[in-house]
Amino acid sequence: MPVLTVREALRDALHESMKDERVFIIGEDIGHYGSTYGVTAGFLEQYGPERIRDAPIAEAGILGVAIGAAMTGMRPIAEIMSVNFSLLALDMIINHAAKIYSMFGGKFSVPMVMRTTNGWTQLSATHSQSFDALYAHIPGLKVVAPATPADMKGLFLAAMADPDPVIFIEHTLMYGIKGEVPEGNYVVPIGKSTLAREGKHITVVTYSRMVHLTLEAADILAKEGIEVEVVDLRTLRPLDMSVALESFKKTNRAVVVTEDWQSYGTSAEIATRLYEHGFDYLDAPIQRVNFREVPMPYAKNLEQQVVVTTDRIVAAIRKVLNRSSLQ
Amino acid sequence: MQQRRGTVLAAKAATKKSVRSTMSSTPLTRAREELDAAQLVELYRQMMLIRRFEEKCQEMYTRSKIGGFLHLYVGEEATGVGAISMLQPQDHIFTHYRDHGHAIARGLDINGLMAELFGRDTGCSRGMGGSMHFADHTKNFWGGYAIVGSHLLLAIGVGLSCKMQKTNGVVMVFFGDGATNGGEFYEALNFAQLWKLPVVFVCENNLYAMGTPLEVHSAVAEIHRKASAFDMKSMRIDGNDVLSVREQVSEAVAHARDGHGPVLVEAMTYRFRGHSAQDTQKYRTKEDVEQHRSQDPVVVFRRQLIEAGVFAESDADALDAHIDELVEASVTFADESPVPGNEWLTDRGIYAAPLATATVDPDLV
Repeated sequence: MPVLTVREALRDALHESMKDERVFIIGEDIGHYGSTYGVTAGFLEQYGPERIRDAPIAEAGILGVAIGAAMTGMRPIAEIMSVNFSLLALDMIINHAAKIYSMFGGKFSVPMVMRTTNGWTQLSATHSQSFDALYAHIPGLKVVAPATPADMKGLFLAAMADPDPVIFIEHTLMYGIKGEVPEGNYVVPIGKSTLAREGKHITVVTYSRMVHLTLEAADILAKEGIEVEVVDLRTLRPLDMSVALESFKKTNRAVVVTEDWQSYGTSAEIATRLYEHGFDYLDAPIQRVNFREVPMPYAKNLEQQVVVTTDRIVAAIRKVLNRSSLQ
Repeated sequence: MQQRRGTVLAAKAATKKSVRSTMSSTPLTRAREELDAAQLVELYRQMMLIRRFEEKCQEMYTRSKIGGFLHLYVGEEATGVGAISMLQPQDHIFTHYRDHGHAIARGLDINGLMAELFGRDTGCSRGMGGSMHFADHTKNFWGGYAIVGSHLLLAIGVGLSCKMQKTNGVVMVFFGDGATNGGEFYEALNFAQLWKLPVVFVCENNLYAMGTPLEVHSAVAEIHRKASAFDMKSMRIDGNDVLSVREQVSEAVAHARDGHGPVLVEAMTYRFRGHSAQDTQKYRTKEDVEQHRSQDPVVVFRRQLIEAGVFAESDADALDAHIDELVEASVTFADESPVPGNEWLTDRGIYAAPLATATVDPDLV
């Protein structure tokens, strides 16, 4: 099986998608510039400007075009370079993409995929946010945030085959991560979580880039004999808690790691579900590791304290374990 | 009847000889070169059906049979009927929340429309949308949208579909003067002209953005001039004369269909009722409204057709009575229709492909 980076896996998935003549890609700097993160590099030359549509910097317009085209027989991929810019298209996404199917009586749908990125690297307050919880809050959307190259490809192709609007969240700090990726039309179903690592002492529930940091934390703790089980949710809406709950019933302890603000964030929903359905198995309060709740500072020393690090995950795991004796 | 048809044919023959550009030429004399009596009467029928349907809506709203907001098109019928009559079946329509008139002009069954207003399963949107969200995808009527200006961008996407799929279709999108100040309007115009999309933008300028007068809400009162920033073809037309609307919109539709790009049509019109059924209309005087009502587009067109001998007054009366019966029947149909089922409250009602995992756990109370 070929080993690809996340970038290459996504490119592979996009090439696979482009085999369908109804598919086109619309976004900023995807063609002439050569693609901001390099995913669609070479696409303009290969597929031409009809199907690789460099758009004006007008996010609402990009989403509007994608929604209208999707309603009438096309299969658009809308690329919003950074999720921060998607705020300008929220009306299109929330009031339109998410509503059209039910509001008009289920007679037509919006089969489109919006690719976008979370991420930060000294980009300051308006370029370093994540709005996973905002999108996952909306009935009518499906929200996917994969962690591995294989899942990037498999979930992307599932999103393309889906008749509903899918928000596909990537991460700027993940494009270089490598892993084995099946060839051809490889599909991973939307709405199925998975175990990223087996362990018996504590469950960490997470997704996207935080899966990789949590696996690093698990490696560190393994040297001390602490076995961490890591659950990768992969999809935020629908939220499949079955794997996490099964794990929690075994370990009786949990940490939730998400790269967004804590209050009203994705970790709040995940922890609540663990409490609601796993209360009888609970041996210690659930800990959460998230962004500190401030607009992201530019200064590197401060930024490093806002973001989630392996050290912070390790500390949270230790804290939960210290509250309860290991069996 | 036989005699009337003879008169019509004679009048038709006479107008054919006339030179179009003479001073005596009117929209009606010119229309009679293109349309037979039945086609002219059909335009009147649609306008009157919209009028009577909406008057019934107001009554049903007062009786609490209809909930939510109710935005009536009364007074603006000539624009919608005239413009939509220039479209082909492969063409597409997007409109705003004042959508009853456009739906009827596109031929949606009023039983389904009244049932929608009553919140019934037989409604055109299965009772999920209400007054602001009529739709029928089988007629390429993609719906009424309730966020001002937003649907212009969806229309652009459909314009792109037409172009990429080479359907020769045109998209017509309706909006008010109040929708031309937000960013979506300018984004839509730029995309449409940049990509030469087959889109006809029809601004129904009824002089008010909800209750704010045109000169208070827009830096440029002549909305059609806003197209000039994009080198886009535009026109300002009399939106209260259905035949005049047809003539000018036909030019706009042909321009778009022939691949020359979008057109902005500013149709000058007036709404006789409030913005919505609850509007107390403090922003305009009763005299203003009465002045416009004296030039009621439906009444004026009816009179023109009778005077030109297209139909007799008794025929018009009979048609009006028939329309009243249809409207009354739509109320009965809606009243007797079932309400939508609770499956709309689950993922099956929200997603075309319901989720493998329930979004909300069914055990939760």
